[in-house]
Amino acid sequence: MAESNHIIEIRHITKNFPDKVVLDDVSLSVKKGEFLTILGPSGCGKTTLLRLLAGFNSASSGEILIGGEQMTGVPPHLRPVNTVFQRYALFPNYNVFDNIAFGLKLQKVDKREIEQRVKRALKMVGMTDYEHRDVQSLSGGQQQRVAIARAIVNRPQVLLLDEPLAALDLKMRKDMQMELKEMHRTLGITFVYVTHDQEEALTLSDTIVVMNEGKIQQIGSPTDIYNEPCNAFVADFIGESNILNATMVHDRLVRFMDKEFECVDEGFGENVPVDVVIRPEDVYIIRNAEAAMFNGVVRSCIFKGVHYEMFVDTPDGYEIQIQEYNSFEPGTEVGMMIKPADIHVMQKERTENVVEGKLIDATHVEILGEQFECSAVEGIDGGEDVDVAFDFTAVELTDDPDDGVSWGTIRFILYKGDRYHLTVRTDEGENIFVDTHDVWEDLDEVGIKIAPSALRVTKRVEK
Amino acid sequence: MRNLIKFFSRRRSWSLPYVLFMAVFVVMPLVLIMLYAFQTKDGGFSLENFERFVNQPEAANTFIYSIGIALITTILCLILGYPAAYILSRLKPSTASLVVMLFILPMWINVLVRTLATVALFDFLTLPLGEGALIFGMVYNFLPFMIYPIYNVLQKMDHSLIEAAEDLGATPRQVFVRVVFPLSMPGIVSGIMMVFMPTISTFAIAELLTMNNIKLFGTTIQENINNGMWHYGAALSLIMLIIIGITTLFTDSSEEGANEGLL
Repeated sequence: MAESNHIIEIRHITKNFPDKVVLDDVSLSVKKGEFLTILGPSGCGKTTLLRLLAGFNSASSGEILIGGEQMTGVPPHLRPVNTVFQRYALFPNYNVFDNIAFGLKLQKVDKREIEQRVKRALKMVGMTDYEHRDVQSLSGGQQQRVAIARAIVNRPQVLLLDEPLAALDLKMRKDMQMELKEMHRTLGITFVYVTHDQEEALTLSDTIVVMNEGKIQQIGSPTDIYNEPCNAFVADFIGESNILNATMVHDRLVRFMDKEFECVDEGFGENVPVDVVIRPEDVYIIRNAEAAMFNGVVRSCIFKGVHYEMFVDTPDGYEIQIQEYNSFEPGTEVGMMIKPADIHVMQKERTENVVEGKLIDATHVEILGEQFECSAVEGIDGGEDVDVAFDFTAVELTDDPDDGVSWGTIRFILYKGDRYHLTVRTDEGENIFVDTHDVWEDLDEVGIKIAPSALRVTKRVEK
Repeated sequence: MRNLIKFFSRRRSWSLPYVLFMAVFVVMPLVLIMLYAFQTKDGGFSLENFERFVNQPEAANTFIYSIGIALITTILCLILGYPAAYILSRLKPSTASLVVMLFILPMWINVLVRTLATVALFDFLTLPLGEGALIFGMVYNFLPFMIYPIYNVLQKMDHSLIEAAEDLGATPRQVFVRVVFPLSMPGIVSGIMMVFMPTISTFAIAELLTMNNIKLFGTTIQENINNGMWHYGAALSLIMLIIIGITTLFTDSSEEGANEGLL
């Protein structure tokens, strides 16, 4: 079988909760022995995906295979996986030994063997001689070690870890990361690890799966994900980055901040709108503004331990984040350079909003659950289904949700150097995208207004 | 005036009404019971009342019988109450609180009224009054006291513990036996204490539901006191208090945090 080296096959999994789609057609293969991390912001569906693997929830559609076997309808206690929970979930009525031996006792393993295996598991997590301690007397880090021992002692084919280090302090987290990686190497079993901490994902994983809004955004090795993010979300979520609107003039030439830059990307076409990502450490700062590719004035400079983090304003209103080993006083005029290879060009996911709606009459259209005024539409009858397109800049957001024609919640904010690109989720669960110079906060409730002349109404084309 | 303000602004001064209440209605009666129990009619100290309890088999027998009835009531309440509490804890919170409300609702009506209604119900159904009716009435009256603390513990139980047990290979039955049930012990202990203790000293339910045919220990105490035998009645009360006290100590040491279920 071609897929014999895949221990987990997730095929077209969709999970609906009553009021939202948590996972939207997710497909994923996990190789045997791999350390795979599912990474994403809270609410992206990563924990739900892990719970589907463990069997605590069932998918609305799609199938999961573990070790080549169909898992649909298989209850958690019959699956060849074990889970390490975020909040440890140790049984307070048992001591450390009995917690770890829980699974083995259920399998009716020989008493002497249980003792040996528990001791070995304890040694592995660095908790030798803790057998008889009450679990509630242990610190958070120790409890998590016991929880890990309790899972690995059963020798599962796959170990599922649900943000296991999220409740620990930074120092402890760093130590445990190293130990987990070591453990993965020694045990040789597959780890599926869920986290929202991008640094943790980069440190630990063989493969990272970046998720957002119930969809997989990118799958790749840590270096791939960091160096070649496939879209603005991934670039923004993994590490620091400058993300800017740009136009691909032709192969190897991209235009942004009103200047043309050489780059190494090809195949996007000519004069195509794209996003570019430039990592802060890839922007070189020089004092001589003449020789630079573009200029700016240092606005702020903060010491960050290894490097200085600076924000530089360019004359045409862009803000560039730079990491440098040398510091430049705020107010200094500086020049900046970017190597062609450090400019990452990404396909734009969208260039305008397109929503489905219904024409009410010649000057009104129903979109986003409300009636919007539009400029006179010809050739389409009232009551017909239509597609309505409008620019990101055409949307006006108001503080008071009742002020707008429709309303929504700000779900994602992307800074693009000179503007914010917002994702606004309406009550009906539709996303619209807004470019604005105003500062909004995540989860702000806003009213939505759109100028009548900005709405471009066309007959619905059935796909 | 200033001293007065200062006095009332101290937080510990606010506890004064409660201290007074406790002194007058809890401590003083207890002291009085102690005094009366160790006195004869003419006021001299003696152990006569206790000797009488030991030598008269009637009171002692009633006492043992009462404990038996209390035990049966408690066990029945546990058998009926645990599944109810378990099912409740699995319901949606809004539904659960409604059902809990329904369980608690009868408690708003006075116990005597409810018991009289039970008597009327037994008459209507032409069922005999007596021991069976007594146990029915006791279980009916005390069931909510068993359900509520168990429900409380189960409902607060971390659901990830159940998932962890399933994940480690436990069947639903094993999850219950090895995790859910042991972890609900504090609630069970609370429930037992809340049912067992008051049932020993009940008398109204026994009188009404057995047409005065069956005497419980509470009835014995009440009769003695009603007939002016204050000293003997006080001694019997003291014996009961001590026995209950001992069981409390016993359950306390066997299960720390037994009161958790009450919160």
